[in-house]
Amino acid sequence: MKIYLKIWRQDSPATPGAMKNYELDDVSQDMSFLEMMDLLNESLIQKSQRVVEFDHDCREGICGQCGMMINGRAHGPLTHTTTCQLHMRSFKDGDTIYIEPFRAAAFPIVRDLKVDRKAFDNIIQAGGFISASTGQTPEANGILISHAIAEAAFDAAACIGCGACVATCKNSSADLFTSAKITQLALLPQGKVERTERVIAMVDQMDAEGFGHCTNTEACEVECPQEISVLHIARMNYEYNKALIISH
Amino acid sequence: MLDSKIPEGKLADKWDNYKEHVKLVNPANRKKLDVIVVGTGLAGASCAASLGELGYNVKSFCFQDSPRRAHSVAAQGGVNAAKNYKNDGDSVFRMFSDTIKGGDFRSREANVYRLAECSASLIDQAVAQGVPFAREYGGYLNNRSFGGVQVSRTFYARGQTGQQLLLGAYQALMRQVGANKVKTYTRHEMLDLVVINGKAKGIITRDLVTGEIERHAANAVVLASGGYGKVYYLSTLAMGCNTSAIWRAHKKGAYMSGVSWIQFHPTCLPQSGEHQSKLTLMSESLRNDGRIWVPKKAHDERKPNDIPEEERDYYLERRYPTFGNLAPRDISSRAAKERIDAGCGVGVMKNAVFLDFSKAIKEQGKEKIKEKYSNLFKMYDKINAVNAYEEPMLISPAAHFTMGGLWVDYELMTTIPGLFALGEANFADHGANRLGANSLLQASVDGYFIAPYSVPNYLAGELKAEKITTDHLAFVEAEHAVKQQLQQFLDINGHLSADHFHKTLGKLLYNGCGLSRTKASLENAIVLIRELRAQFYTELKITGDHTVNSELEKAGRVADYLDLGILMCEDALSREESCGAHFREEYQTPDGEALRNDKDYCYVSAWEWKGANAEHELHKEPLVFENVSLTVRSYK
Repeated sequence: MKIYLKIWRQDSPATPGAMKNYELDDVSQDMSFLEMMDLLNESLIQKSQRVVEFDHDCREGICGQCGMMINGRAHGPLTHTTTCQLHMRSFKDGDTIYIEPFRAAAFPIVRDLKVDRKAFDNIIQAGGFISASTGQTPEANGILISHAIAEAAFDAAACIGCGACVATCKNSSADLFTSAKITQLALLPQGKVERTERVIAMVDQMDAEGFGHCTNTEACEVECPQEISVLHIARMNYEYNKALIISH
Repeated sequence: MLDSKIPEGKLADKWDNYKEHVKLVNPANRKKLDVIVVGTGLAGASCAASLGELGYNVKSFCFQDSPRRAHSVAAQGGVNAAKNYKNDGDSVFRMFSDTIKGGDFRSREANVYRLAECSASLIDQAVAQGVPFAREYGGYLNNRSFGGVQVSRTFYARGQTGQQLLLGAYQALMRQVGANKVKTYTRHEMLDLVVINGKAKGIITRDLVTGEIERHAANAVVLASGGYGKVYYLSTLAMGCNTSAIWRAHKKGAYMSGVSWIQFHPTCLPQSGEHQSKLTLMSESLRNDGRIWVPKKAHDERKPNDIPEEERDYYLERRYPTFGNLAPRDISSRAAKERIDAGCGVGVMKNAVFLDFSKAIKEQGKEKIKEKYSNLFKMYDKINAVNAYEEPMLISPAAHFTMGGLWVDYELMTTIPGLFALGEANFADHGANRLGANSLLQASVDGYFIAPYSVPNYLAGELKAEKITTDHLAFVEAEHAVKQQLQQFLDINGHLSADHFHKTLGKLLYNGCGLSRTKASLENAIVLIRELRAQFYTELKITGDHTVNSELEKAGRVADYLDLGILMCEDALSREESCGAHFREEYQTPDGEALRNDKDYCYVSAWEWKGANAEHELHKEPLVFENVSLTVRSYK
């Protein structure tokens, strides 16, 4: 296939970026999207040009490091699919593809398509954990957890932290990411002890990082590679309001 | 002489004996001691978090943009623990003997026993952290079976067990970051180890955003930087996985062991073309319900569903009736290769076998299979556009896990005092072949339960030692050497990319030092890799600058892989026997099984770097078996 590319190039956070045009002649349907990017970079090296920088690692949809806006959609045209799991069979000969970084005030651009998602780490650091130090833990079957609760907790815990929810949101809200962790830990008996402090700390940190507020557009759920449900946002709001009443 | 420092006493008492006699550091003194941990996978994150909880100052490094990305995240199937929740005859000793046998009697008894002994505590730890393991309807933890064993001891969180365990460790780590006991350095790559008066005292790193070369001093350095299976280019590993941290430590004096013991995972997606960058793993747990087969007839072009039952060869069930589709990985991979080489391979490149769920779906219903494996079936569909509920998956063996790594003693300390290696970065527990679901376990046990005893045991002796600062000449020299190498890569200005060399090296290793090896294939590979390495230093081309530059990162990793590739071949060449994943075609039984030679090769190889232009020196650590008898490993 012949593919035309328009890619965001930006040297550093301090310098302005722009869309640049590229063409590739020998793109195979079986290539993954990132393998197409490898092909492009190989051709740039041959032309003595700087390669397009993009984040990626596991290339099997689980590490959460890859992510691009492809034709205006986070992770591209397929729903619930990371950029690395997208294949060129989703495009056709002669297509023009627009590739941009995940954009959000809280995700500053590092270079080209690489962005800094440290804000997510900061939210987890604020309270996205159960305070169980090594060694002080009881026998695993000492506290029973029903099948339904374990499965529901897993559904929330499956988040890969890629940031597609933020990138796709018109408000750049991190509510889906934050609420998934809050739900997982609030559902489990081990996490209930700290639920009040946790939800307040995490929501406050989310605001401090510069993410916007949720206005219930629900676009995040559509793009989320792990199909994290927006119902977690409702639960987070419930937990937050309850915590405010308890803590004041 | 190599001293493995195995504690005195009976096998079951050794770890308790060690813990009871280990040196402690007064809580008030802990904050005076700095520890560097390289890598934030399950081993690194758990170690950094646990040491932070104890009160040490920890610096945690990873090359990814967040500690949560490390490749432990991709482990799918599960983690083993001898809880005996199923009442099916499991015990610490059973798990120990399964693992020793699974490793084809090429691992240390004391280490393996400790692994089994600590396994139950890991499940307790993970559950307390909020890891949502699968549960039975009564609320108790569920298990499944994995290859190479006859009990159900594998705990799992759907097909994302590694992710969930890693997030547990990552969250524990972030908690310590918040408590100011751990400082994280993301997008940082370790490029050298600093050794002063024979002891590890720090590292040199490159900030992958600014390009700055930094010096970091500490009282001890822990390498938990993972395995080097990506040396084959096409592998199940993440693109950034590398050997650089351990290889550069190796060049500073740490010995490398079992270097050629590489596991080829039997259930990966086959290569479909030259453009391919990785081979995706499909969890081994699929073999609980999937049946592996190829057409009986060679070069059969029919669609799988058109091939009648009597014309299918369920070769694992045929050759290994006791274990069937759950035969260990090395055996399953080799059996697949045998059929593919015989012309019975399927798929576009005739390099695959079928994994068929039709019988399980008929017996258990589609819903049950969906509940167990839905994410894997979905992943398969995304990559191949094939519905595996309707027709069999195509799978093929791929480079996966490195049993080899830095030589460590019982304390997980390398031959450089103060330098520890944890998880896949060391060679310690898996022998010549790793059993499924033991990898997450080993990484976690090393980080949560062993390093928090053994690292302080070393640090206790460092309290009165002279405090080293980064002004020391050794830091200056190491930084200079790192800068020089980076400049060298940029200056070559040839015409071939780092990926070109990496892919070429991978092909040479798959052919010469892959699923099976011969004296001739290994000798040939050494010659070809040497030529490739020479070409690398004259024809490499790196574009871009000193700051964010993924090509410059790759160049350093490929340079180390080229050195490592040669040592892998030399290691395989020196071992004139077949054991576990190391299959020398010259040494096999009449029915094609591995032929071990315990008389001459019952040892661990430990290779010493002697300089860029000199041969490695081989040291041997003899393996002593007092609690199991060396039997022929049979899964028939």
